[in-house]
Amino acid sequence: MDRRTLLAGLTVAPFAAMAYAWEARGGRREVPPPSPEREAFRARYFPNVVLTTHLGEKVRFYDDLIKGKIVTINFMFTACPKVCPRITTNLVKVQKLLGHRVGRDIFMYSITLDPEHDTPAVLKEFAKMHHVSPGWLFLTGKPEDIEVLRRKLGFTYADPRLDKDKERHIGNVRYGNEPLLWWAACPGLAHAEWIAESISWVDWPKNRPTGR
Amino acid sequence: MYHNVLGKRVSRARFKEIITAMRNRQELIAAQLSRRDLIKMGLLTSAGYLIPKRGLSARWESPIPDDQPASPPTTPFVEQLPIMPVKQSVASLSPAPTVCPNTAINPATGFPFEGRTRCHQAFTQFPPQVLYQVVQQPGQVTMSPQLPTQTIWGFDGIAPGPTYHQTYGQPILVRNVNNLPLNNGGFGINSVTTHLHNNHTPSESDGFPCDFFAERQYYDQHYPGVLAGFASDHPPHGDINESLSTLWYHDHRVDFTSQNIYKGLAGFFLLFNQFDTGDETTGFHLPSGEFDIPMLFADKVFDPTSGLLFFDTFNLDGILGDKFLVNGKIQPFLHVHPRRYRFRWLDSGPSRFYQIFLTDLNNLSAHNAFWQIANDGNLLPTPVQVKSVRIGVAERVDVIIDFRPFAGKTIYLENRLEQEDGRGPTDNILRAGHGNLLLKIIVDLPTVADNSVDPATRPQFYSLPSATPTPRVTRRFDFDNSNGGWTINDQFMDCNAPRFTVQQNTVEHWILINSSGDWQHPIHIHFEEFQILSINGHPPAASPLVQTGRKDVVRLEFDTTIELFFRFRDFLGRYPMHCHNTVHEDHAMMLRWDIAPVGDTNRNP
Ligand SMILES: [Cu+2]
Repeated sequence: MDRRTLLAGLTVAPFAAMAYAWEARGGRREVPPPSPEREAFRARYFPNVVLTTHLGEKVRFYDDLIKGKIVTINFMFTACPKVCPRITTNLVKVQKLLGHRVGRDIFMYSITLDPEHDTPAVLKEFAKMHHVSPGWLFLTGKPEDIEVLRRKLGFTYADPRLDKDKERHIGNVRYGNEPLLWWAACPGLAHAEWIAESISWVDWPKNRPTGR
Repeated sequence: MYHNVLGKRVSRARFKEIITAMRNRQELIAAQLSRRDLIKMGLLTSAGYLIPKRGLSARWESPIPDDQPASPPTTPFVEQLPIMPVKQSVASLSPAPTVCPNTAINPATGFPFEGRTRCHQAFTQFPPQVLYQVVQQPGQVTMSPQLPTQTIWGFDGIAPGPTYHQTYGQPILVRNVNNLPLNNGGFGINSVTTHLHNNHTPSESDGFPCDFFAERQYYDQHYPGVLAGFASDHPPHGDINESLSTLWYHDHRVDFTSQNIYKGLAGFFLLFNQFDTGDETTGFHLPSGEFDIPMLFADKVFDPTSGLLFFDTFNLDGILGDKFLVNGKIQPFLHVHPRRYRFRWLDSGPSRFYQIFLTDLNNLSAHNAFWQIANDGNLLPTPVQVKSVRIGVAERVDVIIDFRPFAGKTIYLENRLEQEDGRGPTDNILRAGHGNLLLKIIVDLPTVADNSVDPATRPQFYSLPSATPTPRVTRRFDFDNSNGGWTINDQFMDCNAPRFTVQQNTVEHWILINSSGDWQHPIHIHFEEFQILSINGHPPAASPLVQTGRKDVVRLEFDTTIELFFRFRDFLGRYPMHCHNTVHEDHAMMLRWDIAPVGDTNRNP
């Protein structure tokens, strides 16, 4: 068995368990089974590249991080002087607001735009410095893989000049529920309460999205 | 490795483009257009190269190919323009509508029956006389005979939804029932809120972006059918000069509006009164009945393999389609009588701007004039003769076209505004025949009676309310982009935090600023109509593009500062201002403001 099938095999069990857990918690309908739409969405947006977490684990982007989960995704880099520290601080507040859901059903991912400098050790230090709790992974990888991810996930500017300016990188936090194909985004510097509330609206079926 | 027909090596992206061009050529051949027609339409150069059309988005230039597919070929002008049915009322609703929300728990869901959370503020004063029930639900439609059946989400399962007719003085209540499924087929979310754009609606019925309700809940919306000013400067019936005509309704679910409208949740809502009567023998004598046709424009992309509707969920700048739909069909046709018609045009987005001309492919140099009679939902004081109209997302224009001079001919509605990505148009007007043909109009039906008014006689409609009163406060709003998030005054959307409070029954000026040359924003302010006081220091133009009149969306073009005049009257509560490029809107270019008995004077909220 090569590494790819091994990883794929490993992820089947947690996903099935999660679907079961959702029903057990009172989900009135089953989590949508694998469907052509879901497969098309995966193929278009979620390359299954290998990344390394700040804890040093190798993971596949789709199989291990996205599939079957409710997630947030943003891009950052540790040497970013202004906007990244502010966004990270803000997301720490979001993590606190989401409480125990993070790491159980909601997973937070921050992908470095500077993989050459941001090794797992550097990212680990950064996470520690910001008092990041478990359930939130900082990710690095091969520069070309990171670039593919950045483009596929839509963290790009149409203007190529702007797109090259790392200081002005897209600071959005994409949030979504992969099995349901519910995806939207909040700016990383929006009010933390608002970001947490927005994420909670795709935390189905724990939270049913109704207004106030 | 890929090769072109000459055996030359080309990139994969270029190869795909060539394939697309070939498909489009087949599509055009299928349309039985001659080589001469193709050249005239700008689809073939005289050297015989087909000009590629493709699905466009801001991401299409990405070095990674196939980020945005080009739609499969479709033959234009083979299906008739659909006319949406008029929404029919019901005798009663069960459970009966109540002033305060029906919070009884539905045993089937464990949640309240109704998703509304605030009481109706004008229900007792304007008790509903007509009741409607509309269901948000999936539907099966065909948009072109060459594409598979599409699953859309529509009001009553059709897209566009049914057309409502309301008469001023007759309050109505619309019960929205959410029957949308959990499975979205790729995009969209099954919690919704319906905004009636831009009715004079109490806040709790306005479809505020966070007043969304869940599947298997309902939400009662009360539309009092009353003119602005009824409780303030024009008691007791309101100001006749604030009459509205062409409105539309659409989903406004925060963060998901672009997906849900693209999926079909939009329709027309028309208001009538003793002047705009719906009968061309009375009142203003505007073309009526079968001669009054609402047209909802939308541009979409279809997956090249499956042929199914495609939405680029991860786009931030705006989404352009390569297929142009009118009333839910790709490039339909319409047979007309040689007489006057009223067309009500709406740009339903998600991101495209249009400049619409009448094109005769056999006489491209002709300027085919017509009459613009309304800006957004508001009749102009008198018709204005135009050669084109420009509309951004959510803008409407009502026009009168006299087809007598075209008897026996075929003409096209053509969008000649060049736009290459979702950020805004280039402002280049393409040559006649080189734009996007939207609708083929064949003037071959028999001559019939025409009791409608001749716009050339300059009939007078409503007067403009005065815009001279001194504002209580002048507020400034800068529309920009910060690290990929769309901002207003450097801040982002938050439903929970009103950014400022307008004092009820006062006048304000709002200054909207776009200091970018990279993007444009069609800005919409809910609840009250405004008048443009100035654009970059100049008074609004009466022609060639009509900037005068009352409006509810203003195109904030490149490097533009616009000052608006408002009166805020009658109702209290929360409303939004937002960019109506729905992709910008969903990426935080929105703010909440409130109306209260006591307001603030925050000049940079
Ligand atoms: Cu915008």
